[in-house]
Amino acid sequence: MSAEQDQDGRVAAWSETELGVEGVVRDVVRAPAAVLSTPGADVDPCAAETVRLAADLVATMRVSPGCVGLAAPQVGVSARVFCVDVADHPKTRTHHGTFVLCNAEVVEASRNEKAREGCMSVPDLTGDVKRATRVVVRGRLPGTGEEVTVVTDAFEARALQHEIDHCAGLLFLDRAAGAHAIHPRKTYL
Amino acid sequence: MTTHLAATVLGHDRPGIIAETTAILAGLGLNLEDSSMTLLRGHFAMTLVCSGPVPAAEVEAALAPLADDGTLVVTVREVPTEDVPATRGTSWVLTVHGGDRPGIVSAVAAEVARVGGNITDLTTRLAGELYLLVAEIDLPADVDVEAVGAAIRAAGEELGVGATLRPAEADEL
Repeated sequence: MSAEQDQDGRVAAWSETELGVEGVVRDVVRAPAAVLSTPGADVDPCAAETVRLAADLVATMRVSPGCVGLAAPQVGVSARVFCVDVADHPKTRTHHGTFVLCNAEVVEASRNEKAREGCMSVPDLTGDVKRATRVVVRGRLPGTGEEVTVVTDAFEARALQHEIDHCAGLLFLDRAAGAHAIHPRKTYL
Repeated sequence: MTTHLAATVLGHDRPGIIAETTAILAGLGLNLEDSSMTLLRGHFAMTLVCSGPVPAAEVEAALAPLADDGTLVVTVREVPTEDVPATRGTSWVLTVHGGDRPGIVSAVAAEVARVGGNITDLTTRLAGELYLLVAEIDLPADVDVEAVGAAIRAAGEELGVGATLRPAEADEL
């Protein structure tokens, strides 16, 4: 087993019970809230406030219909923390269940594809966005602060890039493929 | 003699407007060369350029029944043939979003015009309190793109909106 696969296993085995705190459901902020356009600050993954934030993100994602990822700026906190869970999405191939990453960055990306994205913070619009379908993402787990590497593809890769963008103060609108790439949303989950 | 005509149809949306308009144009032997059709705040808006051996006044008269119920406005004008010049500069996509207020489009467009840039496509959307502008822009080859981006961001900041400028990617296959 390679080191990367081993680290993938650690992320796949992770669950929010490791955090040891009960998450609180928070309000999701919507554009044009300034926090969504502000680059988030690095966090100390071992700090108690980061652990609480991680638990709150997971709790808020769980109660939000169709939500496959949520970043700290979306609950009003300008910090580089997000959670993801694409396990039940039909476009998912590889997935690692529920996990939270702190200070994450894309270290490898390849095979771009365009697809339509929506966002809880931009509820009335969707947009065509080109993103890599194979990525390697490195970040730290909240609580223990372990550095982990996630190697993934397809929908999980897209979700990770969308959330990492949130942490950098970017919305999918900032990556629209062109003037005809933004559409009024027709169905709400 | 073949003429080029620009037709606009604007007004209350309902099913069938495109089918009826294009059927009349086809019946006159006109060829649809370019068109843009969308809903703007629920209003139907169509602009099309067509060509054929029919005078503008005759086409407008043929389309007039579309406006009989008073909910649509139809105009037809002759336009000169335009050669589409090859772009010698670079192509960019500009996204601007933030709280809605008057003046966002004009402030951004002014910065593009200042350097001789040309906006080739532009869409704006108002969604709740969020105002969004996405534009495709050609910039002259000798322009300092970073400076243009900075000027647009500065204009946006004065209005409380953020801007992102990035290359328009085309996949050559």
